[in-house]
Amino acid sequence: MMDLNDLYREVIVDHNRSPRNFRRIDGATHTADGYNPLCGDRLTLSMKLEDGVIRDVAFEGSGCAISTASASLMTESLKGRTVAEAETLFDKFHRLLTAGGDENDPALGKLAVLAGVRQYPARIKCAILCWHAARAALHGDKSATTE
Amino acid sequence: MTRAVSIDVTRPAAPALPVEKLRADFPILDARVHGRPLVYLDNAATTQKPRIVIDTVRRYYEEINANIHRGIHALSELATQEYEQAREKVRRFLNARSTREIIFTRGTTESINLVASSFGGSRLKHGDEILISGMEHHSNIVPWQLIAEQTGAVLKVVPIDDRGELIMEEFHRLLSSRTTIVAVAHVSNALGTVNPVEEIIRAAHAAGAVVLLDGAQAAAHMPVDVQALNCDFYAFSGHKLYAPTGIGVLYGREALLEAMPPYQGGGDMIKAVSFEKTIYNDLPYKFEAGTPNIAGTIGLGAAIDYVQAVGLPAMGAHELELLAHATARALAVPGLRIIGTARNKASVLSFVLDGIHPHDIGTILDHEGVAIRTGHHCAMPVMTRYGLPATARASFAFYNTRAEVDALIAAIETVREVFRQ
Ligand SMILES: Cc1ncc(COP(=O)(O)O)c(C=O)c1O
Repeated sequence: MMDLNDLYREVIVDHNRSPRNFRRIDGATHTADGYNPLCGDRLTLSMKLEDGVIRDVAFEGSGCAISTASASLMTESLKGRTVAEAETLFDKFHRLLTAGGDENDPALGKLAVLAGVRQYPARIKCAILCWHAARAALHGDKSATTE
Repeated sequence: MTRAVSIDVTRPAAPALPVEKLRADFPILDARVHGRPLVYLDNAATTQKPRIVIDTVRRYYEEINANIHRGIHALSELATQEYEQAREKVRRFLNARSTREIIFTRGTTESINLVASSFGGSRLKHGDEILISGMEHHSNIVPWQLIAEQTGAVLKVVPIDDRGELIMEEFHRLLSSRTTIVAVAHVSNALGTVNPVEEIIRAAHAAGAVVLLDGAQAAAHMPVDVQALNCDFYAFSGHKLYAPTGIGVLYGREALLEAMPPYQGGGDMIKAVSFEKTIYNDLPYKFEAGTPNIAGTIGLGAAIDYVQAVGLPAMGAHELELLAHATARALAVPGLRIIGTARNKASVLSFVLDGIHPHDIGTILDHEGVAIRTGHHCAMPVMTRYGLPATARASFAFYNTRAEVDALIAAIETVREVFRQ
């Protein structure tokens, strides 16, 4: 039987209550909006890149605990990464939720707390929305949706 | 014929509903989800089906499946007979004058599209007005936007107040000789508001407008008499009335339907076709192109028999009791706010919890076996009106119990524990 605590882990509840990097970056070099039409979750992601390295990343918006915590955790794990590293992390995270990726992979770090989401198919889009927005921002697109 | 329900229909009016006994008519109510007994409180989305409806559909396929109105063989005649009997059952259910006024559709959505396209398309001229309300389901907004765009008509919207009631002064102000059609929900799916449709119809007729009522959320909860209401069109869906999906009804006043062009072309809706000229069939067939949902229609007939045997007034009274109990208990939950507090409500409890998104509520309730809907309920303008992205909505049917309402409240307490609020 599924355990609620697998989904709403302590870390997720905490990041939902006090999201990290919840702001807009002045002088951002890259921004994109993310929208999940099914839930109405909306977020705006902004980044500051220097020499291919993500120096700062932040988000604003409103959504469920899973989407807010996921965005908060994402900003923490992307800071200081190169664009190429960010892409690799996106793929690993995507596989964690959709294709049985390994939650013990050390590269995932804290992101592994979202592994429980894969048992809730209706919620996977919530967790992945911020990553789509991050990728859209890096690719120079203005917006991303989960559709 | 097997008896439709397990209660004595000769008993005196309005004693308490024998809910436990009636629940046994619904096989799915014994289901377990995530290891817990199912508490099904998503009846505004779709209702569960009694065994008599399931059996009627199965018997149709096992014993009489054939196409209708076109065969001379025994099965085709039998299928046609049962299909047309269902139409008579719907006529009686709505107290329409004639079966020519009962058109089978796929559901409320198709019924409204039919009226918008056929009536609206042939009657609306540039500058004419369509009056809807701020609490409509998308299916009573978008068809009107489409036809307004095609005809140059203008869509006007009656606003709602903080309780979720129509602001009737605004309705009367917006209604004018330019208003061609007024289209409003009989009962709101997002808020539960029961609208003052008698007043709306009287005023609209006085202004020379016709009235369509979206009865999707009303038909299963209160008796509907289209002659007493004096509405021009009434739409509802079978699946919200204990019948299968994919079958719905449009009631239309005969004189209006007569004057309207067909909605779709094809088989069944014609008398004679040549490449020079096609003669359309009589009502109601003019609006029923192609092979219809025969099994669903006969299933709807069985559902109506069931509902009438149980008794809509008693069902509605029980649902209002549940709503009152749920409202009282919900108000005692810290941080809970009810969205939709109209003085006249039916069977819907929409709510939000401080600092907790409705989707998290939905997931945790589901985990506890409690099925509700979360989201915008296909009524995004209502969410915008309240400045919310979504709400959680519990909606009751006559087979729900006080114990299930208590399970809902207990599950909401679990949500608060998970979020430590
Ligand atoms: C008020 C209202 N109108 C229209 C509809 C559309 O009904 P259907 O999807 O069965 O066509 C619904 C169903 O959700 C409803 O609640």
